Amino acid sequence: MAPVTTATSRGDTPKDTPPTPRPAGRGTAELLLDAARRNMRQYGMLVALALIVILFQIWTDGVLLKPNNVTNLVLQNSYILVLAIGMMIVIIAGHIDLSVGSLAAFVSAACAVMMVEHDMPWVLALAIGLVIGAIAGAWQGFWIAYLGIPSFIVTLAGMLLFRGGTQIFLGSRSLGPFPEGFQKIATGYLPEVGPNTNYHNITLLLGLALLAFALVQEVRDRRRQKAYDLEVLPRNLFLAKCVALAAAVLAFTMTLASYRGVPVVLLLLAALLLGFGYVMRNAVVGRHVYALGGNQAAAKLSGVKDKRVTFLVFVNMGVLAALAGVVYAARLNAGVPQAGINFELEAIAAAFIGGASMSGGVGTVFGAIIGGLVLGVLNNGMSLVGIGTDYQQVIKGLVLLAAVGFDVWNKRRVGA
Amino acid sequence: MTAPVLEMRSIVKTFPGVKALSDVTLTVAPGEVHAICGENGAGKSTLMKVLSGVHPHGSYEGEILFEGTPCAFRDIRASEAQGIVIIHQELALVPYLSIAENIFLGNEHATRGFISWNETLRHAAALLKRVGLDEHPQTRVADIGVGKQQLVEIAKALAKEVKLLILDEPTAALNDSDSAQLLRLIGELKDQGITSIIISHKLNEIAEVADSVTIIRDGRTIETLDVKAASTTEDRIIRGMVGRDLDNRFPDRTPYEGEAGARPALEVVDWTVHHPIDQQRKVVDNVSFEVRRGEIVGIAGLMGAGRTELAMSVFGRSYGRNISGSVFKDGERIQTRTVPEAVQHGIAYVTEDRKQFGLNLIDTIGRNITLGALSKVARRGVVDEHEETRVAESYRKSMNIKAPTVFEQVGRLSGGNQQKVVLSKWIFAGPEVLILDEPTRGIDVGAKYEIYTVIDQLAAQGKAVVFISSELPELLGMCDRIYTMAAGRLTGEISRADATQEVLMRHMTKITR
Repeated sequence: MAPVTTATSRGDTPKDTPPTPRPAGRGTAELLLDAARRNMRQYGMLVALALIVILFQIWTDGVLLKPNNVTNLVLQNSYILVLAIGMMIVIIAGHIDLSVGSLAAFVSAACAVMMVEHDMPWVLALAIGLVIGAIAGAWQGFWIAYLGIPSFIVTLAGMLLFRGGTQIFLGSRSLGPFPEGFQKIATGYLPEVGPNTNYHNITLLLGLALLAFALVQEVRDRRRQKAYDLEVLPRNLFLAKCVALAAAVLAFTMTLASYRGVPVVLLLLAALLLGFGYVMRNAVVGRHVYALGGNQAAAKLSGVKDKRVTFLVFVNMGVLAALAGVVYAARLNAGVPQAGINFELEAIAAAFIGGASMSGGVGTVFGAIIGGLVLGVLNNGMSLVGIGTDYQQVIKGLVLLAAVGFDVWNKRRVGA
Repeated sequence: MTAPVLEMRSIVKTFPGVKALSDVTLTVAPGEVHAICGENGAGKSTLMKVLSGVHPHGSYEGEILFEGTPCAFRDIRASEAQGIVIIHQELALVPYLSIAENIFLGNEHATRGFISWNETLRHAAALLKRVGLDEHPQTRVADIGVGKQQLVEIAKALAKEVKLLILDEPTAALNDSDSAQLLRLIGELKDQGITSIIISHKLNEIAEVADSVTIIRDGRTIETLDVKAASTTEDRIIRGMVGRDLDNRFPDRTPYEGEAGARPALEVVDWTVHHPIDQQRKVVDNVSFEVRRGEIVGIAGLMGAGRTELAMSVFGRSYGRNISGSVFKDGERIQTRTVPEAVQHGIAYVTEDRKQFGLNLIDTIGRNITLGALSKVARRGVVDEHEETRVAESYRKSMNIKAPTVFEQVGRLSGGNQQKVVLSKWIFAGPEVLILDEPTRGIDVGAKYEIYTVIDQLAAQGKAVVFISSELPELLGMCDRIYTMAAGRLTGEISRADATQEVLMRHMTKITR
């Protein structure tokens, strides 16, 4: 239906400023500032991440960005990043999930029992593990969405429940080793093919494909935005952005390619990031999650199926927690009773550092990854320079506080 | 002329990017009731925040003199120490504490850190008597109505030895009898020598209670008028507020002439709703009403008449328990058990409380507009952002939403523009029946006119419109037919020709139990 037109009664329309002419009207600096302001937290964290990387790169005499350490960094943080993606969505919806560490442990224990004690094929065990995660998520989602019990309470109960379950499964044993295929989830690399180039060929190809994809996407976006008469970056700046993007992608590709290539788990993470990023940004259900977190009452009165969306968010978190548990077990090559302790706190910290808000409604999946990487690089870098875990915790605590504090201060400053 | 009790000279207050006050001068004589008028966004509230120290000294330019001495308040406590107390539109009471505890919150009767309850209760009782509130001081604030809560706020101000009382839209949430009591109280306080500043949109209240009125527009003082002077008319004040003549406050509309034999677009029969907590209480009692395509039907009623409850319970049972009755659309019985179901049948409800129930304030204009009908800009569950932006942009232009782009956060807009966003959202959903609940509440005169025009056009396009409002002139100016409600029941159905404020009010107070 066509929108109605508001005609003011008389000819004069006071204060009715005509829409500003788009592309030419504003200065580059203003445009940049505006974009930065809109995504302050995320850009801020991206810059912070870059600074932390540079700091440790210098401090560790270049060890941080050595190919094997970069690969290591990805492997070490993979399960936290998987959790952070799910946690970000939970927090955007206005909830919290304290049970993910316990649930990850529970699923890793279940997988261990299935594979080691019952000789189940690892693919089947993996599938069942993910289903267990979904069921656990559905269980918590049911209480939260349909019975209205606060997620803090339900998942606190879940934290105890699944931890207890893990210990019932395993006692004090640690179960392993696992079939090779299962281990590969966390420790495998893409195979070596083609002529010997001193680099990992598939990785190079994937890197180039990613680069092409990203550039095409950028150009298409810009073209469509222009077609809709939206504001776009000036030509030179756009080119600079593309060059920077290309440089970053290529540098990362070359780094990985000069060691053992792309770890399987990185591919998994990339798929999750792209998939969930797309869903949260472009899918109707993603939009409903933001609306729910922003104003539940208004979303409900707009016809958003609030209960179902909340339920699905927790089912999703359950599956991702299970996946994290699988990756962790595969990396350790054993199911252990103390797996996943404090994972929930790392994931929550990653989400908040990456731009989530306690009251829900804001944040991005990309932000969760940035937040997770900030923590990951801190962990890795501090270990490399020999800072003890005692001081590491102190520093991480201060970083979390500073990140959120900066955000609060920034919001107050702009008077939002 | 006596020396003024308060002088604010050339106040300038700038927020990042916006000049909220560019040159305001305000002079208040001792013992008077001084009204401040202006459109939303004119700077009234900012001015009061400057005065009360919410915006501390140094964050603005200009001078404030209170009782002849220059003031430099660092915070609210500093201004309260001088006897300047502000009562905000949103009341600042703690619901689960008692009246007495609230009155002395931050100002407790205590010795060495321990509260003296006897003294507290005695003093509270005295203050309640002074404001004419007949409640026990130990009653929880959550258990009394908004009107009484407002009185508690005033008692709280009196406890602080107030000399200058600032009331920001004090009657916005009150019904007529509570408003009348409040205005009477302001008059009594004046007799006791307390000066008041009252910010209000309601011009009849200003005429009733104020001695002088200062009009602010776009952050500047336009003029100060003597309310009692013959030349000070409502039209004069409105002219000052909007800077133009408002000869016609409603769009000219051709009254609806029904099509013979047409079924009503929406017909609600024998609708009864019980209170969600107190389930014995009927909030809506056996109400039947209908609205036809192209018709604007008003529902008038005082606070607590059950108008919002009626509308929300019809719209997907969003309110109440044990709902009975039936809904017909074009003569066919339909179910509206959930909001999606109601929306599917072409019903839209535009809430009276846009901040709480209407908008996601931290999201953009565009995303708010499309939320009610996302599938219209989505293919296979994926939102087409460009299409969404195009749609939102078209509403920004056609509804005259004052914002640079549709990417602006809704929370940053003024009330009138927020209301236009809510309306856009529901118009975009493409309903056949629109239930508008107080669509012009808390917005300025110019924006009101624009909303009226939109409503008028919706009806002209053949939509059936139900218009719930507390402002009788608005109903009289816009509606083809007006139902009146009182205490949950329908008490009258009045045609455009027969309707006057007196007739409506008579039906609205006809409580038959």
